Amino acid sequence: MILIPCPYCGPRNSDEFAHWGEGGARPPVQDIGPAEWRAYLYIRRNRAGWTTETWFHRFGCARFFVAERNTVTNEVRTTRSVGSEAPPSASPEEG
Amino acid sequence: MVTIARARNSTRDMRAGRRPGELIDRATSLGFTWNGRRYSGFQGDTIVSALAASGEKFFSRSFKYHRPRGILTANFHDPNCIVQVDDEPNVRAAHRRLRGGMTVKAQNVWPSLAWDIAAVNGAFPRFLSAGFYYKTFIKPQRLWPAYERVLQHFAPGGRLPASSAGGEYDKRYAHPDVLVAGGGPAGMAAALAAAEAGASVMLVEEEYELGGHLRYGRAGELALLADLRRAVAEQDGVEVLLNSVVTGRYDDNWVGVLQRELPNAGERLIKARAKMLVVAPGLIERPYVFEGNDLPGVMLSTAARRLVNLYAVKPGQRAVVFTGNDDGIAAAEDLGDIGTEVLRVVDARRGEGVRRAIGRGQVSGVELDGGTELACDLLVTSVGWTAPTSLLNMSGDIPRYDERAARFVPGRSAQPNVMATGGIVGDGSADELVSHGRAVGAAAAARAHGGNETGAPELVPRPHPALFRASTHGFVDFSEDVSSKDIFSAAQEGYDSAELAKRYTTATMGPGQGKLETVNTVAVLAEATGRTIAETGTTVWRPPYVPISLGALAGRLHAPVRYSPMQPWHEARGAVPLVAGQWVRPEHYGDPGAEVRNVREKVGIIDVTPLGKLDLRGPDVPKLLNLLYVNKWSKLEVGSVRYGVMCAEDGVVLDDGVTGRLGEDHYLMSTTSSGAGAVWEWLENWLQCSYPDWLVHVTQMTTAYASINIAGPSSRHLLGRLVSDVDLSPEAFPYMHVRTGSVAGVPDCYMWRIGFTGELSYEIHVPAGFGLYVWERLLAAGGDLGVGAFGVEAQRIMRLEKGHMIVAQDTDGLTEAFSAGLEWLVKLDKPDFIGKPELVFEHEKGPGSKLVGLQPVDPGVVPAEGSQILTDDRVIAGRVTSSRMSPTLGRSVCLGFVIAELASPGSVVTVHLPDGNDVAATVMPQLAHFDPEGARLRG
Repeated sequence: MILIPCPYCGPRNSDEFAHWGEGGARPPVQDIGPAEWRAYLYIRRNRAGWTTETWFHRFGCARFFVAERNTVTNEVRTTRSVGSEAPPSASPEEG
Repeated sequence: MVTIARARNSTRDMRAGRRPGELIDRATSLGFTWNGRRYSGFQGDTIVSALAASGEKFFSRSFKYHRPRGILTANFHDPNCIVQVDDEPNVRAAHRRLRGGMTVKAQNVWPSLAWDIAAVNGAFPRFLSAGFYYKTFIKPQRLWPAYERVLQHFAPGGRLPASSAGGEYDKRYAHPDVLVAGGGPAGMAAALAAAEAGASVMLVEEEYELGGHLRYGRAGELALLADLRRAVAEQDGVEVLLNSVVTGRYDDNWVGVLQRELPNAGERLIKARAKMLVVAPGLIERPYVFEGNDLPGVMLSTAARRLVNLYAVKPGQRAVVFTGNDDGIAAAEDLGDIGTEVLRVVDARRGEGVRRAIGRGQVSGVELDGGTELACDLLVTSVGWTAPTSLLNMSGDIPRYDERAARFVPGRSAQPNVMATGGIVGDGSADELVSHGRAVGAAAAARAHGGNETGAPELVPRPHPALFRASTHGFVDFSEDVSSKDIFSAAQEGYDSAELAKRYTTATMGPGQGKLETVNTVAVLAEATGRTIAETGTTVWRPPYVPISLGALAGRLHAPVRYSPMQPWHEARGAVPLVAGQWVRPEHYGDPGAEVRNVREKVGIIDVTPLGKLDLRGPDVPKLLNLLYVNKWSKLEVGSVRYGVMCAEDGVVLDDGVTGRLGEDHYLMSTTSSGAGAVWEWLENWLQCSYPDWLVHVTQMTTAYASINIAGPSSRHLLGRLVSDVDLSPEAFPYMHVRTGSVAGVPDCYMWRIGFTGELSYEIHVPAGFGLYVWERLLAAGGDLGVGAFGVEAQRIMRLEKGHMIVAQDTDGLTEAFSAGLEWLVKLDKPDFIGKPELVFEHEKGPGSKLVGLQPVDPGVVPAEGSQILTDDRVIAGRVTSSRMSPTLGRSVCLGFVIAELASPGSVVTVHLPDGNDVAATVMPQLAHFDPEGARLRG
């Protein structure tokens, strides 16, 4: 079981968390077509490498946060609270 | 039938005189039985050492050929000493300490260890060669059940009697700074140095005492061991776990530790999160492959030294020692010390070797290279070592073959939070091992605290002759009865990689999982394929390192069970429990039909505490409600409640419930019982991730309030007797409204007038501490009104009569809101809400199927929930989602999904029952079977 470094509580077992996945921004719903809406619903990058994803500390502080995790090594490079900017050194487009 | 005469020396006393490091307490004798005969041993003996002291040499029959087998390693990993103890199968008898009164039996024998019918297998070994099962029993497939019945008789393993009382198992969590796997000299030194540096240390040792190979060493080693043990005992911050094994290392140093034979638990699994893992398992001695290498009386030098020095047992009278190192010489000296005649030390370093062991049932002689034969009853081999690199492999390390030392060594590429010390790294004197251990322990403590580390002295494997197989063939895997010949044939058949040959021959796949077998398998395969061992490579060590019982994995159940405050009352009234997620609820109190009639005619109360309750506060709550629910919330007035349905972004119904406005900026949301946690998380997700600027605060209140629904024509009358500060008249407190007041003198109760059952009803939420009190007061106050408790089943019947759906019962993971019959609720003219686009698409297309009310034409038939609905062409066209016999209507009533073509009122559909019969059912004009106008609940 990997450790997830919660930005509020510190490193905790991953089974304390819910993985909400990559998720993109919600598109405006006015006049949206099925293709675009379903891309938002279902299409994920799912890359082997650095991904930016949302975690929820379900059995902890009950905060959502954003983590950059390498899906190959499970290393977590950065975490930040939702809504705050990603540190410039850690763009998800890298690697 | 092949018989082996009972070991001739079975009553001979093989106990030697006192040894300086012996573990036995000669003052305490323990009696036990072995295959029905009485024996005795001393406190501190293992089962096998006690038997060996009584002259027994033979403890099991092998897996395939049922060959007699004796001591090989004399520790936990001895493949030949696995027995049944009382009702516990597969006990490692060369490890397990003797207890008085044990009933010990041999496994894998029939009818007895001495007389064994299946030993006939041994006469025809070619029938059981590599791949035999695959080749012989695979075709024709139809005969497999017959093959299986026969093969089951040949399956090894003990018996778990159905009458077994089972056992207690436990679980523990630990967070040591440094976890040291292995309590030999290096491990003890590492633990000491780490603890001296301030680290919290867990030191895990497989044996019953610390010391590793020092325990059966010479006087100097025993003295060092005594010093180390004293230092560990006196050192603060070291927790020593004996008879415990590190089973595996997982991501981020999640380390499993199995503890055995605890006072209160057969086994306990510790889930440790270690900042640093120090791997110090020492070395495992490797058997030699030659003809007769499995005869009782052939054993490893470490086995002989354990027997002699730990248990004062003489392994034989006349011994030949074959060695390639000084440990074999030491074993020969130990044997000499206790009066075993050592006929010859055959030293591979002088170019000498053994060709075969001779004997029937046990060793009677040895043939050396060159043809010399020596008569003996003990052949000790000391041909080299295997580094048990498994924990390092699990940390990413790939072992590398060191040709000079003739063994695999760590590849030095494990994770930075894993270090190794001791024999697994290299060879050295006890003092050198201790120095290395101390340096690694100090470095581990430094790394655990994020500090600087110091270097460790060099510890390198000593050169060792490459000794794997003699000029003859013998067993490579004793557990699986795989010989070097089998590996040669596997290679010839094309299974020439280590991983393939392993699976084809099953070598390394027995109870030992390769600890003794892997390197010999690789070496023989290398020989058979004309490659080097380095080219052949080794197989992957996977967790667990030792067997773990399922009980230990399951451990103690930590999942909470939730009861409402009224549970004592339910229990006292004999309520039938219903397990619903974490909650235990009263399903009924004996007669759910009578409970329904009582509610319809008089008044009943039900405990609905598990109902999810979320307290919402803040000026932006209406925005949140408008976002999450498919209907409109902006105009909900203080004192009103409204029903709402939430969908996910894919339009699928997520949850439903009512939400009431208690004050200007104060709302109480109810959710389904099972959805309470998910809805809370859903709200938090939208608030935290998408609308952090909204001023809304969500508090989970489910268990803060006990919830009681009072339902039936007399419910207003009953509640009125306990409420004085709220006007309950229909004009002052109409349907779908909420009031705050005192119930039975308990202030701050919420009362909402809603009706899941279809009756006039009030749902009251009482501070949990007063739940039982209010419940009992309601029953006491309404005796003359005929009040009675009703359970979940009566509620389910009434809601079905009323046509109220249950999310996840009458909907599933694909049910969008329009399919669920919610067109009256979904407001597509709202600018936005969760799932809106998908519901727009569904609305445009029209739902493919619809939730409808169904009544079987035969009113006495209740189609099972899940029964399929078929078209005339017998294509599946839906299913029954809920069905009950309605006590109110005296007929069966259902809800179900049918395709849109069949969903119009009056259409008659075919319901296919699980028993194969078909019944007809009529689609009703609405979901409600009873009081569709809602006159009763609005009264």
